[in-house]
Amino acid sequence: MHRRGVGAGAIAKKKLAEAKYKERGTVLAEDQLAQMSKQLDMFKTNLEEFASKHKQEIRKNPEFRVQFQDMCATIGVDPLASGKGFWSEMLGVGDFYYELGVQIIEVCLALKHRNGGLITLEELHQQVLKGRGKFAQDVSQDDLIRAIKKLKALGTGFGIIPVSGTYLIQSVPAELNMDHTVVLQLAEKNGYVTVSDIKASLKWETERARHVLEHLLKEGLAWLDLQAPGEAHYWLPALFTDLYSQEITAEEAREALP
Amino acid sequence: MDRFVWTSGLLEIHEALVIQQRGVRIYDGEEKIKFDAGTLLLSTHRLIWRDQRNHECCMAIPLSQIVFIEEQAAGIGKSAKIVVHLHPAPPNKELGPLQSSKNSYIKLSFKEHGQIEFYRRLSEEMTQRRWENMPVSQSFQTNRGPQPGRIRAVGIVGIERKLEEKRKETDKNISEAFEDLSKLMVKTIRFKSYLLSMGIANPVTRETYGSGTQYHMQLAKQLAGILQAPLEERGGIMSLTEVYCLVNRARGMELLSPEDLVNACKMLEVLKLPLRLRVFDSGVMVIELLSHKEEEMVASALETVSEKGSLTSEEFAKLVGMSVLLAKERLLLAEKMGHLCRDDSVEGLRFYPNLFMTQS
Repeated sequence: MHRRGVGAGAIAKKKLAEAKYKERGTVLAEDQLAQMSKQLDMFKTNLEEFASKHKQEIRKNPEFRVQFQDMCATIGVDPLASGKGFWSEMLGVGDFYYELGVQIIEVCLALKHRNGGLITLEELHQQVLKGRGKFAQDVSQDDLIRAIKKLKALGTGFGIIPVSGTYLIQSVPAELNMDHTVVLQLAEKNGYVTVSDIKASLKWETERARHVLEHLLKEGLAWLDLQAPGEAHYWLPALFTDLYSQEITAEEAREALP
Repeated sequence: MDRFVWTSGLLEIHEALVIQQRGVRIYDGEEKIKFDAGTLLLSTHRLIWRDQRNHECCMAIPLSQIVFIEEQAAGIGKSAKIVVHLHPAPPNKELGPLQSSKNSYIKLSFKEHGQIEFYRRLSEEMTQRRWENMPVSQSFQTNRGPQPGRIRAVGIVGIERKLEEKRKETDKNISEAFEDLSKLMVKTIRFKSYLLSMGIANPVTRETYGSGTQYHMQLAKQLAGILQAPLEERGGIMSLTEVYCLVNRARGMELLSPEDLVNACKMLEVLKLPLRLRVFDSGVMVIELLSHKEEEMVASALETVSEKGSLTSEEFAKLVGMSVLLAKERLLLAEKMGHLCRDDSVEGLRFYPNLFMTQS
């Protein structure tokens, strides 16, 4: 007796059909995969060609690095995400920035006891260049900023605070909210700030100004000068220009990383 | 001032006069030189200066040598000027009044006025660049003007030319590099959209896949090997920044990115390696040996603080021989566990044994 669609036979047939579809699907997927593989290879070749011609350029020329980074950013690529990535491996661009990261950490650590972990981009730049010696490749402030942005991943509080025309680099996990940063920006002009300055420029109440200044004192970012004429001055060592020319002493270097 | 070339002053076939002005003095950079009274002529191709007193003294600069021009207004006792910024002289430049100058600009001082109109016309010629459409012979001079006191220092000129060539080479390489970069980026964009059409939203997934890849697992195992001894030397705990510096200094090349390090460290516990990543409340990340019990260290920290009555992070760090960062974390942990109390003032953060707990 024939019964349609049911029974062991029908089930077996169905299974066979499914298997065939699956196979077909697998073949299709394999096809796509092969295609993609080819595209990938082509892209890799393009990158290799570029690298063999211009690898040196990236290492030697800060302007070229900026162009390169900007273009990557435009197309949503982060060439510094991993040392194992296409870009790092073929262009060596990673090593340049990761090593710079090490140098930045060392400089910040060596000077922390002086400035509480806050340093201007200029001073950081100077000290890093000194450490690299005269035969090292040129490093620009843009390079430093990019390296620092990567260092944030290490969790130890690297921050970039814009102040008029430049940046303050924070290298300790001190809590700095918007109130703190705006006071830092205010202090940038003279290297210090007073409660009256804050009240006049920012129109805050005394309490709010005092609170912020006390926090900066506690974090070691500001020093209190009670002997200044008029009212107490809160100095930011990070902003002292005459500290810029000082070398890192042997003691400081020792106390920095081993 | 070394860009000028002696010339007869006669215009070439396709070269046309645009404007001329008497009473113009030339400055080499900021310095007054002997060419203090002349007629300045602007043609479609060149800027020509002829000495008013000695018509045979005539020199010129091709307009193509000009980078840009600026106006300088007249002042009391000072004539209005045009500042002309120039490209470096080409290596095969013919002879001129000066073989070398440290200045890359000259100033033209209009003692008998006329600066405004001249500037306008010069700007126009610079914009129109008519010399590009009307080529004239490369060398403009048919006779060499008077060359008072000219010394042909072959050696130095030779070296200068070599430097100039080298600079041009570099320039050429750089522009080529930028061009190649643009082409590469176009290919990258195409590749990216191809992947997008395949449903792969982020083509750089190899790099942003976070932890859990072969690479990071391997890296984690390597780290366990490298860090064992340094950790033991430092009392079993190190901040991630210290680890980053240590590892990369040791590697020398093929360095780890900060993200690589973090992702590898996240795998340590999963892979049952003898160290682990720990994140404190403050966000500070450390690597500690499994055998290291921070909570036990807290007990000894309490002892140290009690001995001294009270300690700041800096003082504690110095006593124990730790970094200030980790010292602070230990004291904070001790506080969290109730063993220490803080005194937070403008003098700094100071920790005391928590007498509320012990003496109740």
